[in-house]
Amino acid sequence: MNPFSSGTRLRDMIRAIRACKTAAEERAVVRKECAAIRAAISENDQDYRHRNLAKLMFIHMLGYPTHFGQMECLKLIASAGFPEKRIGYLGLMLLLDERQEVLMLVTNSLKQDLNHSNQYIVGLALCALGNICSAEMARDLAPEVERLLHGRDPNIKKKAALCSIRIIRKVPDLAENFMGPAASLLKEKHHGVLIAGVQLCTDLCKANTDALEYLRKNCTEGLVRILKDVSNSPYAPEYDIAGITDPFLHIRVLRLMRMLGQEDADSSEYMNDILAQVATKTESNKNVGNAILYECVETIMGIEATSGLRVLAINILGRFLSNRDNNIRYVALNMLMKAITVDAQAVQRHRTTILECVKDSDASIRKRALELVFLLVNDGNVKPLAKELIDYLEVSDQEFKGDLTAKICSIVEKFSQEKLWYIDQMFKVLSLAGNYVKDDVWHALIVVISNAPDLQGYSVRSLYRALQTSYEQESLVRVAVWCIGEYGEMLVNNVGVLEVEEPMTVTESDAVDAVELALKRHSSDMTTRAMSLIALLKLSSRFTPTSERIKEIVTQHKGSVALELQQRSIEFNSIIQRHQNIKWVTDLLVVNNIARHPLKILVVESMHLLLGCWCMCRSSLVERMPVLDEAAYLGKRAGSSQPTLSAEKSSKPTTSAASLKLPNGVAKPPAAPLVDLLDLSSDDAPVLPSAPNDFLNDLLGIGLPNSSSSGAAPSTTTDLLMDLLSIGTSPAQNGPSDSNVVPSSAKAAESKPAPVTAPVMDLLDGLPSNASPPRDENLVYPTITAFESSTLKIAFSFEKQPEKPQVTLISATFTNLSSSTLTNFIFQAAVPKFVQLHLDPASSSTLPANGNGTITQSLRVTNTQHGQKPLAMRVRMAYKFNDEDKLEQGQISNFPPGL
Amino acid sequence: ILLQNRQGKTRLAKYYVPLEDSEKHKVEYEVHRLVVNRDPKFTNFVEFRTHKVIYRRYAGLFFSMCVDITDNELAYLECIHLFVEILDHFFSNVCELDLVFNFHKVYLILDEFILAGELQETSKRAITERMAELEKLE
Repeated sequence: MNPFSSGTRLRDMIRAIRACKTAAEERAVVRKECAAIRAAISENDQDYRHRNLAKLMFIHMLGYPTHFGQMECLKLIASAGFPEKRIGYLGLMLLLDERQEVLMLVTNSLKQDLNHSNQYIVGLALCALGNICSAEMARDLAPEVERLLHGRDPNIKKKAALCSIRIIRKVPDLAENFMGPAASLLKEKHHGVLIAGVQLCTDLCKANTDALEYLRKNCTEGLVRILKDVSNSPYAPEYDIAGITDPFLHIRVLRLMRMLGQEDADSSEYMNDILAQVATKTESNKNVGNAILYECVETIMGIEATSGLRVLAINILGRFLSNRDNNIRYVALNMLMKAITVDAQAVQRHRTTILECVKDSDASIRKRALELVFLLVNDGNVKPLAKELIDYLEVSDQEFKGDLTAKICSIVEKFSQEKLWYIDQMFKVLSLAGNYVKDDVWHALIVVISNAPDLQGYSVRSLYRALQTSYEQESLVRVAVWCIGEYGEMLVNNVGVLEVEEPMTVTESDAVDAVELALKRHSSDMTTRAMSLIALLKLSSRFTPTSERIKEIVTQHKGSVALELQQRSIEFNSIIQRHQNIKWVTDLLVVNNIARHPLKILVVESMHLLLGCWCMCRSSLVERMPVLDEAAYLGKRAGSSQPTLSAEKSSKPTTSAASLKLPNGVAKPPAAPLVDLLDLSSDDAPVLPSAPNDFLNDLLGIGLPNSSSSGAAPSTTTDLLMDLLSIGTSPAQNGPSDSNVVPSSAKAAESKPAPVTAPVMDLLDGLPSNASPPRDENLVYPTITAFESSTLKIAFSFEKQPEKPQVTLISATFTNLSSSTLTNFIFQAAVPKFVQLHLDPASSSTLPANGNGTITQSLRVTNTQHGQKPLAMRVRMAYKFNDEDKLEQGQISNFPPGL
Repeated sequence: ILLQNRQGKTRLAKYYVPLEDSEKHKVEYEVHRLVVNRDPKFTNFVEFRTHKVIYRRYAGLFFSMCVDITDNELAYLECIHLFVEILDHFFSNVCELDLVFNFHKVYLILDEFILAGELQETSKRAITERMAELEKLE
């Protein structure tokens, strides 16, 4: 047999595909079939067209591309016979969808078929239209569909009704055309037509309010009658499902009633009786019965029903809740969630049952129930509910813990009336499911603790105790480590003991032990370890006797593989070696921990900067971290973008700030630019994206006041500051940090690439003298001739803004040296990777002959390796010279130094 | 609103909203993952993206329908059952192979049952009679 004839039957192909053992075999078979079908298509094979299309549909279902068969559908649809048309339409519905252009070609065939004398063909066309019609088709064919609604054949009528639904969904403006016919459909006897009519009415109501009004007036009565008929009808075998006549019609009618009765007392009143009848009479031992009841309850809740009816509805839901079938319980929970806005009291009655559902084994039910409980919580019942949930947290599934924890946390945060209770509950959650607690939740907890001076002692002791049993809960460890670092002496001295507490004795070395354990435990992640290091550093100043031991622990981490830990250890080590009162730098580091990730690099850098300066200041610093600003924290958490927040904070003076400004012979030069950095960042605050700028200001605000008093020459200090900033970044870090910071702060990105002039250790050793290399303040550069050929000369002149040393504005002037005009002149430039180039449009594209005019074009060049590598550029000029395309190229390497 | 049945492999998929092919495959894969591991005691409803999937298992086949979050789940569950009954009636004791080899007929039955994502006919007898009529025309 010719392999390219479509010889194999559909059945054979399916069999062949099923016989394939591997995906590769299957692909081979499909490929072969597709090739055969393509061949048949190009030969315009008439006989096997529908078989080919059927095969294509199967191939499509397997997930292979079949777009080449789309035109075949159209051909089949255009053919005369019913079987061809049928398979054609089927293919149309499967292989195409409303977004394809090809579909427009079918409109005409559809129109013809809608007017066909054969009712089966009309049915096919309606079916296709209902499934894939696009907005344009809807407009074109709406009159045909509307006409068919008035026809006699119920099969056509119901299809036309459903088609109208699709049309209205696509083009809501057409709704009014269908209002009258839709209403008359409700007078039909045939159930198929009825249900289609009811659905059409429902969609009309959604589409526009006029239709809603119209139907409310004309159909409410009819609907009630339909519902009465079906619910009272004797056994009708044709529509019977589990003893109930046509539950689907029931449900659709009830839904339409809900739409009509919503916020309309008159029609609601009209429905009350029949709803009560359905609600009481429907048997609830089968799924269908429950489906009707469920819909009925929803309708009662949706319309302006009498209170008696509502009580009945809530009772039905209560019955559902205690049902053994999970499906029923699920819908009941779902429904109660809606009912809670209507009648919270009634729902509260089922609280215990709902709580049981939270503990169900089925995730869907648990999720619903948890959401419902979340809605049920109020000031009165929050304590027992939170207790229940927290108790359950202990035994719940792993995958449910995340959800549950989040909900408990938000309940506890939202409804806490006293801090002690809040802190207690949070500790419980942390020790049970600390791994599931989101970062912002424990950050908030720290803020609260820092704002509750009388509970700090209690907190640190509870945490210490919890830590003994739940070392595996990451966020518990973090909070505990932070608190021990911050309030370590309260732990040891038992400060502020509450009545409820059991007394306990913890020695200083016990506290250090706990932190050390957190640091060394192999499951701790980087953040936890870093926090532990910081805590140790803080403890070293609080517990002088353990200082030596802490130094040892820190020293061990000098060789850590994690860069950040290593860096911190080395820095801390030198701090411990040199100084005793180190409080505020460490505070800054803690803030760093709370920072959201993308900011980290920026923060770390600023930290290094401050650290360097501080080391030179050698002044005494504050004892404890300033209280975290609760309101600001919450504001930030809510993602508010008010620059005022940051302004207010950056102006908050702290004692540590004053110390920095102490005139100290050695420290002076770096201190001034540092102050400028702060100045700069607060000045720029409004233009920067809110979150990072908030944060930067926060960070700096803690350390320093808003120092407009610095008054140093802006250009040099900025340079200096950039130097300082870049010192913190080792060259290896440069790449990734760039990409990290760029989105968050344009300013930071620009300042980063400044040249590294002084290694960090210089600063730490207090040798800042070379930190500010002299800069040319005037920044005047000579104009150069960048390029010259027999026809063309290019001159570059340069301009630089003093505060952005790496940005150069070049204005290029092109002059024509030849005797004919150059047209279509295009200048292109290329630069090495470390340089960014921005080309502005040229002043013209025509260059007059003999130097009788010029073109100017400005370029903005940003040299990210400013000071390290000179600028270089490759240029290319394309133009038309005497109607001939010309191309010239050149390299510019004679840029003046310092660009 | 989509309707599909599957055993890892899709045996029938009908979408009443336009989706890219790649998106369809993703949906099918995700729904399968969602549905296949659930305990028979669990509810037949799972939330899926912004919709919910109502599914029901018949032997090795899962019949899943993706419906709006506000729709009546129990009714759709019944709807699946009715569809299966119709198939059963039509193929007289339906099995997966029937559906594989006569997939186009299954689509036609579905078209008589649901149109434009809405129920079209709720009488089993009406649908089987209609199918018989149409078969005669072929």
